[in-house]
Amino acid sequence: MIRFKVNGKEKSFDGDPDMPLLWYLRDVAELTGTKFGCGMALCGACTVHQNGAAIRSCTTPMKDVGGAEITTIEGIAPMHPVQKAWMEIRVPQCGYCQTGQIMQAIALLKENKNPSDLEIDTAMSGNLCRCGTYQRIRAAIHQAAKETA
Amino acid sequence: MNTIESVSRRVFLRGALVGGAFVLSARLIPEKLWAAEGEAAAAPFEPSLWMSIAPDGTVTIVAHRSEMGCGSRTALPLVVADELDAEWSRVKIEQAIGDPKYGEQDTDGSHSVRSNFDLMRQVGATGRMMLISAAAAQWGVSPGDCATEPHFVVHRGSGRKLGYGEVAAAAAKLPVPKKEDVPLKDRSQWRYIGKEKNSLFDLPEIVTGKAIFGMDATMPGMVYASIEHPPVLGQKIKSYDDKAALKVPGVQKTLTMETFKPPHLFQPLGGVAVIADNTWAAFKGRKSLKIDWDNSPHSVYNSGPFRKTLETTSRQPGKLVRNVGDVDVAFAKAAETGGKIVEAEYYTPHLAHVSMEPPVAVVEYRDGKVLAWAPTQNPQAVQETIAGVLGIKKEDVTCHVTLLGGGFGRKSKPDQVAEAAVLSKQLGKPVKVVWSREDDIHFDYFHSVAAMYMKAAIGPDGRPTAWLQRTVYPPIASTFDATARYADDEMGLGWNNLPFDIANHRAENGPADYHVRIGWLRSVANVYHAFAIHSFADELAHNARKDSVQYLLDLIGPARIVNLDAKGDDAQDALKYPLDTARLRRVVEIVAEKSGWAKRSADKGKGRGMGIAAHRSFLTYVATVVEVELDNRGQVHIPNVWTAVDAGTVVSPDNIRNQFEGAAVFGTSLALFSEITATNGMIDQSNFNNHQITRMNRAPRHVDVHIVQSEAPPAGVGEPGVPPFAPALFNAVFAATGKRVRELPLSKTKLV
Repeated sequence: MIRFKVNGKEKSFDGDPDMPLLWYLRDVAELTGTKFGCGMALCGACTVHQNGAAIRSCTTPMKDVGGAEITTIEGIAPMHPVQKAWMEIRVPQCGYCQTGQIMQAIALLKENKNPSDLEIDTAMSGNLCRCGTYQRIRAAIHQAAKETA
Repeated sequence: MNTIESVSRRVFLRGALVGGAFVLSARLIPEKLWAAEGEAAAAPFEPSLWMSIAPDGTVTIVAHRSEMGCGSRTALPLVVADELDAEWSRVKIEQAIGDPKYGEQDTDGSHSVRSNFDLMRQVGATGRMMLISAAAAQWGVSPGDCATEPHFVVHRGSGRKLGYGEVAAAAAKLPVPKKEDVPLKDRSQWRYIGKEKNSLFDLPEIVTGKAIFGMDATMPGMVYASIEHPPVLGQKIKSYDDKAALKVPGVQKTLTMETFKPPHLFQPLGGVAVIADNTWAAFKGRKSLKIDWDNSPHSVYNSGPFRKTLETTSRQPGKLVRNVGDVDVAFAKAAETGGKIVEAEYYTPHLAHVSMEPPVAVVEYRDGKVLAWAPTQNPQAVQETIAGVLGIKKEDVTCHVTLLGGGFGRKSKPDQVAEAAVLSKQLGKPVKVVWSREDDIHFDYFHSVAAMYMKAAIGPDGRPTAWLQRTVYPPIASTFDATARYADDEMGLGWNNLPFDIANHRAENGPADYHVRIGWLRSVANVYHAFAIHSFADELAHNARKDSVQYLLDLIGPARIVNLDAKGDDAQDALKYPLDTARLRRVVEIVAEKSGWAKRSADKGKGRGMGIAAHRSFLTYVATVVEVELDNRGQVHIPNVWTAVDAGTVVSPDNIRNQFEGAAVFGTSLALFSEITATNGMIDQSNFNNHQITRMNRAPRHVDVHIVQSEAPPAGVGEPGVPPFAPALFNAVFAATGKRVRELPLSKTKLV
């Protein structure tokens, strides 16, 4: 039995320990804000926080989350300054990758209160957006940084 | 030609509009038929759009187009709300199911707004007029003495007000006014159309993870399926062994699926489906399947040799697509007089759509009827495809449309929805089919591979006296007709409408066979057509030692309407949207000014350069300047992109900027990185490790979009940003390096 927390709530899991956290969240816990994009940690759509740090849930097996505190987009109290900036800059087009982008951006701003363009690029380049909203993502992160400073 | 009728208390979307006291239904003749009176008379009138107002004032507007990120689901209701004079915060949007009563619903071709703008205005304006009439009757005053402010009817003389909800029930009982009696707002009165503050209706749900995409749809009691498809198109199962797969925890059973009979259309590909308790178990079980496939005629497909075949074809005369003057005489004359002849060949590979959300659907078959939830661009195609595959009536297929996690044309093809329907019928329970990223890349409806041959004779002034262009590629038509070898329907996508002022011009199309499913991808054939035409134009500019912008303006020539001798849909468009070179010149001039072309472009070479291309597609005029910088490894970076857009009347300018910023990133992907190839009929790429799309660190650093103010009818915005991007970038690479690269993607060519 694997015990852990999701968005502050105690959870346990006794299924296939190889099951990635992504599919536990989506199919078992019914928290569908975390998205499936590649299954290989190549696109970042599945980004959640494990003990506050951004991880790719699609390659994190359940056996590795024992004792962990997992935070998904549903566990972020709206409107977080990052979400607010996303709204004001009107970042999304289709929106599918944006929860992963937002979770990555929140983790970045926790570590770096005022990231440069280059630091944003480095932190965010693992998160793909096929609609191509990168320019707005960068602007929104700068705006959220200003707001939280 | 549109008529609107009041259909109060008739509930179209079961459950969705219950309580609506006032429902408007528009019956329209598809706009395409307006000009063809004979056909119009015979066309059946079908309801197309609804709006309702509840007693509490809530206005519900039905969105009948899909939302995949281009903004249609917001833009069309916004137009209704504007003419209705509704308060946007009190508008709810209901997504329509697939039904021909809405008219055409395939959200592609960048035409949601342009095909529905007039109708949406009329729907809103009719509602507003009826609300005014109802309020005036209640007050015992003339409707002419009343006006509206958002969500209220106001009596001018007394200042009395009635809320829309208060008069909705009375308005519903009134006869619907005739179209000619319904005044539309003057542009100056628009509250929403063309305004900066407009944002996506679903924005709050998107940023909080509450938005429901196809991947998020569920049905009670559903099982999950992952399908091992035949690796080569058309292969059938010879034998298979599922013993190991069935031992995987959570796997329930396997089912074989029949391979389609050609043409493949949107039918299931066939294969073996693993049915499981959850997505992961289905994926894992699939890895343990052992399948022996038979042979397919398409296993001969190898991208290297196929390219040579296309190029050989492109060097021979093809089917005539457009003819102006006589290129043969002009070429002969140039040869006699020692004039210069320039030839060039261009090549572009297959591309995959790779929407961030892979294909997915949830379907339940029960008692001969089908209920589907899918991220589809075309819910009516879902109905038709499932009806065809299961042998039921399409009226017995109900398709709900979720938000789409990207579409780009892939999600007009509902093969995965049909797979779920087939499996649900066999299992007797709802099935969710989830494609992996590998499935998505291996089994796309690919953007076609293409070869283009260009030839020009150059006069003493450096201008072409003759311009011949040939294009060869497996056509989209092969998806619908296995014998189709010519791209007749794709010639309007930037090949039969060259807007240049050249006395002798011929466009041709050569034949090609297909070996994978060919489909349409954002801006479709414009991608390769624009790449060849605008690269070649820049080559001629360099050849003539002229500035690229000046040369381009000179090629476009004087302001005029280009005679296209268009047929079919293009002819309809040509009436309302003539190809106007004044508008094309203007976007070129604007982008040159905004980019500081005159000054900045002079500073070229030494690893820096700028390039330009201007292309009209989906009736929108676009000119793009790309600036590149090469690092010491020869890697191209894009510090700046400037784009000028004339899309006629626009609904949401900020959304248009977002679309064109995105198109620059999409364009960067196909220009720099992306390529799909096949070996023995199997696709070589599988995921984002070996199929690259643009990441933030390689995306254009800054994209500046300038929207031309225009009162022309609205044109497309989702796709037209893509075609000029790659040629502008490659022209910039030439300016930076002196190297003329004639094939996509750039990553295949070593620059240093």
